[in-house]
Amino acid sequence: MRAIVLLPVLMFVLIAGFFAWALLGRNDASLLPSALIDRPAPAMTLDPLLPDLPGLDVAALKGEVVLVNIFASWCPPCQIEHPVFMKLARENAVPIWGINYKDKPEAATAWLQRLGNPYKGIGVDPQGRNAIEWGSYGVPETYVLDREGRIRHRYVGPVTEEAWRDTLAPIVRQLRQ
Amino acid sequence: MKTLRFLLLLAIVLLPGAVLAVQPDEILADRALETRAREISRHLRCLVCQNQSIDDSDAPLARDLRLLVRERLVAGDSDTQVYDFVVARYGDFVLLRPPIKPITWLLWFGPALMLALGGIAVVVWFRRRPTATTAAAPLDAEDRARLQRLIDEDGA
Repeated sequence: MRAIVLLPVLMFVLIAGFFAWALLGRNDASLLPSALIDRPAPAMTLDPLLPDLPGLDVAALKGEVVLVNIFASWCPPCQIEHPVFMKLARENAVPIWGINYKDKPEAATAWLQRLGNPYKGIGVDPQGRNAIEWGSYGVPETYVLDREGRIRHRYVGPVTEEAWRDTLAPIVRQLRQ
Repeated sequence: MKTLRFLLLLAIVLLPGAVLAVQPDEILADRALETRAREISRHLRCLVCQNQSIDDSDAPLARDLRLLVRERLVAGDSDTQVYDFVVARYGDFVLLRPPIKPITWLLWFGPALMLALGGIAVVVWFRRRPTATTAAAPLDAEDRARLQRLIDEDGA
């Protein structure tokens, strides 16, 4: 009989705890988990954006840990993450492959000329249909592929220095072991 | 005049509801296929807006997915195959009606479970109460004599 008095208190703690977890934790409901984690990256061969750089052949990415980045010149967050990719390319930290999403080739080319090109190769996806194969729901998105060509992580939004250091770099390091 | 004004007002109020996200160039010539496409689209979540179906949403990705659904249907897919195709890429989250599987049991059966627990609590509560009232001790001789005195006084 005494214990039942504590029941409302217990329920309050339970509900308050749930709210605290939902409000204070880093649970951004708009960030979706990928359905393709640990699944092979979708096979596709995309035409090159630039004449002197290869396009994207996903099957050829096997053998090393790589990043595949979906970007567009019309996408402001892509411009935010661009310097980080430039730095990674300079340091040879990890090969980065690009999918140019729903972009005009001239606009994308000018964008890369202005900001530099960190990509090993860029395939074009003018209709955005190939991005759907990746389960993409916006730009920018960055996928980490392991040596067997499986998707091991998806990062939604701009890859900032912190995002690289705290999230992506440890994954890349671990996959290389 | 008044009726006309009323009808006009009604039209203005109701018209926005009739404005569809589905663009004329998306609609299939085959009526049966289009009906199926609309039905499927109503059950697929737009991943950009997240609380609208792709049938309701004006987001470019929603349009891409609507076209994809229609393409699959034209290619001869069954409804289930179309759903599976989209779920394979976007996960169960893309379905506005979550499938029943162990991870969603709490979601589907939680309310019934809460109702059952509440029912049990109510039954336990009412079972306890009557035992407390019937357990009252019977009157002893002194009380009975006093009661009789009071009744007699009242009657006099």
